[in-house]
Amino acid sequence: MSYETINVDINQYYETVENFKKEGYEMMVDLTAVDWYRKREPRFQVVVNLLSVSKNLRVILNVSVPDESLKIPSICEIYPGANFFEREVFDMFGIEFENHPELTRILMPDDWTGNPLRKDYGSGRIPVQFKNAPKVD
Amino acid sequence: MDDENNIKEDLDFWATNSEESGWNISSTDEGSQKMLEEEDEKQIKIQTGSDVVDDYVYNEESTDDERMIVNMGPQHPSTHGVLRLQVELEGEVVRRVKPVIGYLHTGMEKTGEELAYFQGPTNTTRMDYLSPLFNELVFSLTTEKLLDIEVPERAKAIRILMTELNRISSHLVALATGGMDIGALSMMIFGFRERELILNFFEKTTGLRMNHNYIRPGGVAADLPDNWQKDVKEILKVIPEKLKDYDEMLLDNPIWQGRLKNVGILTTEECLAYGITGPSLRASGFSWDLRKTQPYSGIENYEFEVPLLSDSDVFSRWRIKVLEIFESLKIVEQVMNTIPKGAYRIQDKKVTPPPRKRLDESMEALIHHFKIYTEGFKVPPGEAYVAVESPRGELGCYIVSDGSSKPYRMHVRGPSFCNLQALPVIMADSPIADAVAAIASLDPVIGDVDR
Amino acid sequence: MFSPDNIFTTTIDKAVRWSRTQSMWPVTFGLACCAIEMMAAGSAKYDLARYGMEVFRASPRQADLMIVAGRVSQKMAPVLRQVYDQMAEPKWVIAMGACSSTGGMFNNYALVQGVDHIVPVDIYVPGCPPGPQSLMHGILTLHDKIMEGEINR
Repeated sequence: MSYETINVDINQYYETVENFKKEGYEMMVDLTAVDWYRKREPRFQVVVNLLSVSKNLRVILNVSVPDESLKIPSICEIYPGANFFEREVFDMFGIEFENHPELTRILMPDDWTGNPLRKDYGSGRIPVQFKNAPKVD
Repeated sequence: MDDENNIKEDLDFWATNSEESGWNISSTDEGSQKMLEEEDEKQIKIQTGSDVVDDYVYNEESTDDERMIVNMGPQHPSTHGVLRLQVELEGEVVRRVKPVIGYLHTGMEKTGEELAYFQGPTNTTRMDYLSPLFNELVFSLTTEKLLDIEVPERAKAIRILMTELNRISSHLVALATGGMDIGALSMMIFGFRERELILNFFEKTTGLRMNHNYIRPGGVAADLPDNWQKDVKEILKVIPEKLKDYDEMLLDNPIWQGRLKNVGILTTEECLAYGITGPSLRASGFSWDLRKTQPYSGIENYEFEVPLLSDSDVFSRWRIKVLEIFESLKIVEQVMNTIPKGAYRIQDKKVTPPPRKRLDESMEALIHHFKIYTEGFKVPPGEAYVAVESPRGELGCYIVSDGSSKPYRMHVRGPSFCNLQALPVIMADSPIADAVAAIASLDPVIGDVDR
Repeated sequence: MFSPDNIFTTTIDKAVRWSRTQSMWPVTFGLACCAIEMMAAGSAKYDLARYGMEVFRASPRQADLMIVAGRVSQKMAPVLRQVYDQMAEPKWVIAMGACSSTGGMFNNYALVQGVDHIVPVDIYVPGCPPGPQSLMHGILTLHDKIMEGEINR
């Protein structure tokens, strides 16, 4: 199972996705994000996975999101299946998608603050109290 | 006047049918998830797919007085798990539907960043809990792609045997719960009874009935038990006979056909636009199965066919599941007859722990054992995406590694998460009794949706 | 039961307790993987119908037992409490599986670490997931506890 990885600049992101759709990549399989906290600049990177069923090819696009604004255009008009995926990235990372029909939290409760999958958000682990050990607060 | 207003405020706080601000106010309502009373054209366009022509969403005018928003809440016997649907009804006909998910969110992607690579399958196996071996398989395949190692032939054959048996048991649960939702209550008893045979075999091999931590990076956890061919022969003999029972009960039954034929149509263009794969795509006439087009783990050595129907309604989706069970039985028989001998996990000492009795003999084995079980094996930096064909569609795993013993970012592309986006399209303009049949045919597993 | 303990009230007490155990109806609260094992416990091989419990009522008003099967996330917790409040007395709760007893293997931000933070629990059934036999052992222990009068509702 081989695929090609392409780095795309954010200004050409929307046209690149449109061109891929015209070339025959009918399905968008996955849209997710990676948080490169203190390892790379810029910090967030969005990964889009496209599949062509007629040619049996896959391609993965890596887009870096600018640090100041954290905004990226939404591809819901090209691939309607990107709706839930973009809402999940907004919920978990805080990246905003412009022109998304309804950008709200999808997995966490509505009044939750914080973006859980960022690297500076702790895992929320509660230490386990053992029976005869000194008490941990 | 004041008293009246106060009482009204008190009543509004507790009321579940408050006319002022919508019909479904309660203390568990989340404000922004509420369905809007007016939806602008853009939202309707996105909901139905921009390039996709959908005749079913109406265009006629009707007054708003007759419409009611009803909540099929998270605790419901017919939604498959904790799925909440906000349905706008006009009489008995569904006009709009909005699924609300997130009631089973477990933070598995965050947990995946804290567990080492050989502990990863315990975490991912609980995502799609009806087909746990597929989740472990896709995680192991991605890790092996990053490590650039090749698993021995016997391990590949064992993986195919276990995953195809898991496909059979998952389809049996789908048929059982689908039949129960529509009203054929004995389907539930039949489906779970056949599944017990397969779970018995799993318990003998892996130790657990569900959520086995069996397929690990580097091979499988343990070899198949002695006399396993006897158990598999019994499964191969009993299940086709019982499937004849289902066909006798349901296939020509006019009630079953009347409830399922021409209901919940999902055409190929809609499937491709939303990214829906699996039995729903094959029931609409498009042949796409990852076992044939992008094979994994040696499945190209076995002969089987991919069933294809072209009616795209709930009846054909149900029929495809029954046909797929027969094809999987063929694969299991071929594996049983041609399984090669050899090691069940790779012999690379940096990746697999040594067998226990060697720990008394060799210092090197002790050190390897210690390093693997405390820190974990290190994986070279890079990123990888591998996809397999699970009973619901394309299940993919995307891992980014930074050179340490824990994944830097682990993401699993669940098929049910994507398939649920088709709900507004399937349920539009059909009676609410068909809604239950439509959800059952899409076969969502909410553990996969929420992760 | 504030009347003095004489032969009539204790016998009626026992009869009432016996009748409560003989057909407890559970409410469908299957959340995740444990729900599949609960359904398997109700089907043909491990039969819950011999205890009168194969009817899983969908409406909490008609049920007396809530088997919390599966992991309870932060979004689901108020729903759980609301369903528990809607059940009529006497009611009992079984926490099935590791995730509902103590949070299980997921010690993170998204899960409630143990359903006893929300509702009072009578029996904890460990396992991940507990097989149908463990669940039935838990149910029978609940029956014994009610018969002996340890749980007074």
